[in-house]
Amino acid sequence: MLVEGIKSRPVYRGLTLQRHARRHLFVLEGEGAHALLDQTDRLDETILSRSEILYVARGSQGKGHDQALQQLGADMFFTAPTIPTLLFRLKVSLSTAHMGTRLYIAGTEGFIGQAMMVALELGMDHASILTEHRGSLARRVQCVHCKGITDDVTQTPFTCSHCGLPLLVRDHYSRRLGAFQGVNIDAEEPGSAPEPEELFL
Amino acid sequence: MSLVFKQETFRDDFTYRNSPANIRRFPFPFDRDEYMYSVNMEPHVKGRPGTVFENLIDVDEHYVSEMRDRALVLKEDPLRYQALPHMMSAQWDTLELLMEEQAAGYPEHFTLIRNGDQWRWINRPLGIDDTFTFGDPSTLPYEPLEYISRQTQGDICVVDQRDGNLWMDAGMVTTQADWSLDFDIGMNFMEWHGPVPLAHQIGVFDRALKFLLNLQLGKPVRRFNWTMTINPRLDTSPENYPKWGPDRTTVTPENVGEKVHLRVELQSLWRLPRSNAILFVIRCYLMNMEELVTVPKWARRFPRVLKTLPPELIDYKGLTRYRQTTIDWLEKFDDGAPTSPGFWPD
Repeated sequence: MLVEGIKSRPVYRGLTLQRHARRHLFVLEGEGAHALLDQTDRLDETILSRSEILYVARGSQGKGHDQALQQLGADMFFTAPTIPTLLFRLKVSLSTAHMGTRLYIAGTEGFIGQAMMVALELGMDHASILTEHRGSLARRVQCVHCKGITDDVTQTPFTCSHCGLPLLVRDHYSRRLGAFQGVNIDAEEPGSAPEPEELFL
Repeated sequence: MSLVFKQETFRDDFTYRNSPANIRRFPFPFDRDEYMYSVNMEPHVKGRPGTVFENLIDVDEHYVSEMRDRALVLKEDPLRYQALPHMMSAQWDTLELLMEEQAAGYPEHFTLIRNGDQWRWINRPLGIDDTFTFGDPSTLPYEPLEYISRQTQGDICVVDQRDGNLWMDAGMVTTQADWSLDFDIGMNFMEWHGPVPLAHQIGVFDRALKFLLNLQLGKPVRRFNWTMTINPRLDTSPENYPKWGPDRTTVTPENVGEKVHLRVELQSLWRLPRSNAILFVIRCYLMNMEELVTVPKWARRFPRVLKTLPPELIDYKGLTRYRQTTIDWLEKFDDGAPTSPGFWPD
């Protein structure tokens, strides 16, 4: 059912620390905390003194990632209650950032996409941003028909949370929207949509 | 031959038809009895009178009705026109090129009078006579690209060139074969072609990109693409798929001739002078099967092409439901005689 092998699908290469950076901005969601915590041995005092960590727990609430991150002793640390709060803070941090600032984003694809959009809008080049996919495979999907976005999609087809059409999740991804494309699967014969498959857990 | 513009529709009652003269000049895209993707690019130079290559921006009998259909699409969905902010210089480049080409090709219909940066544009078929300052968007009723693409047949994409890639950064897309500008805007060449099957693997896009990055000013190129559409519907957008998708289930042996259309894109690519962007015109031509079989060579060739299509292409082009019915109908017109090389009628 899934249309695979599509070239617009982002590649997440991992949070490789850029030692020459003057400032490190880590933007982490849920299990994305591990993208940083797993390389604690490489975090020396120079890096930590130049680091700002923004974290939102979401599905990893109660796992203590926030405490572990705080204990790293970065220059600045902030836990956001929700993604929009985190993105709001990120916007401020980036708009006052100087040359030599590196942005690192880790978490689910939907989160990476949204944080990336904030950076792109402020003129950062997507190729300069380090990303790592951690946690659920759930997708953020834009309905190509009503343009509504549904977060945390784990099945295809799924029902658009806005217009109610059954949508096939394509592997076609827009960085500008931070979302995959959803296309009505039974447009030609309404009512003929196949059973959903859990493909993005 | 002077043009008589038809009044016709591309939706609801679908009154669009080609006149006999327009069938003869249809850009039939198959130069042999089979089809596969290739980097089929050639110089976009003027060709014989009475063909779509008579002028480099072709205006035909459907001009006025196509422009009316575009306006209807935009009323419902203004996101079909978008331009990223850094594309303003390319917008003016495009306006200049499309005005100059149309005025040069069809002086009885279009006139461009330039006096320094004070320009006057007269479009008689649409009843437009505007004076504006070239380079000052506030002197036009729309952004320059939207303004001129509301007066030009075909979808108009403007592609930026940087970092060794091409970027889909502006466009007017209302007559598309199932792709969304709103979704694809800002993507690079490989990304926006992402969903196309087979062609990536055989290296078509790598070669095409390399070729286009070196496109020269004053030396436009062209290629054909094609698909099929049920009913003469220009707006087969993914946005409206629930509206046109059900049409594919309505084909019967009785209505093939009228309902099933060959949809040809004549794509031309032009380097733009100030912005170094590339103008990508995707001009759509529609012809139903009844019209197609009036040219014996095409009547023989087209069923042969349909029979030998790779399964991935049948699926991608959305032909699955009605391909066999169409072949069965067309084969009555194929006597098995050999066809001559090239796509022109004999």
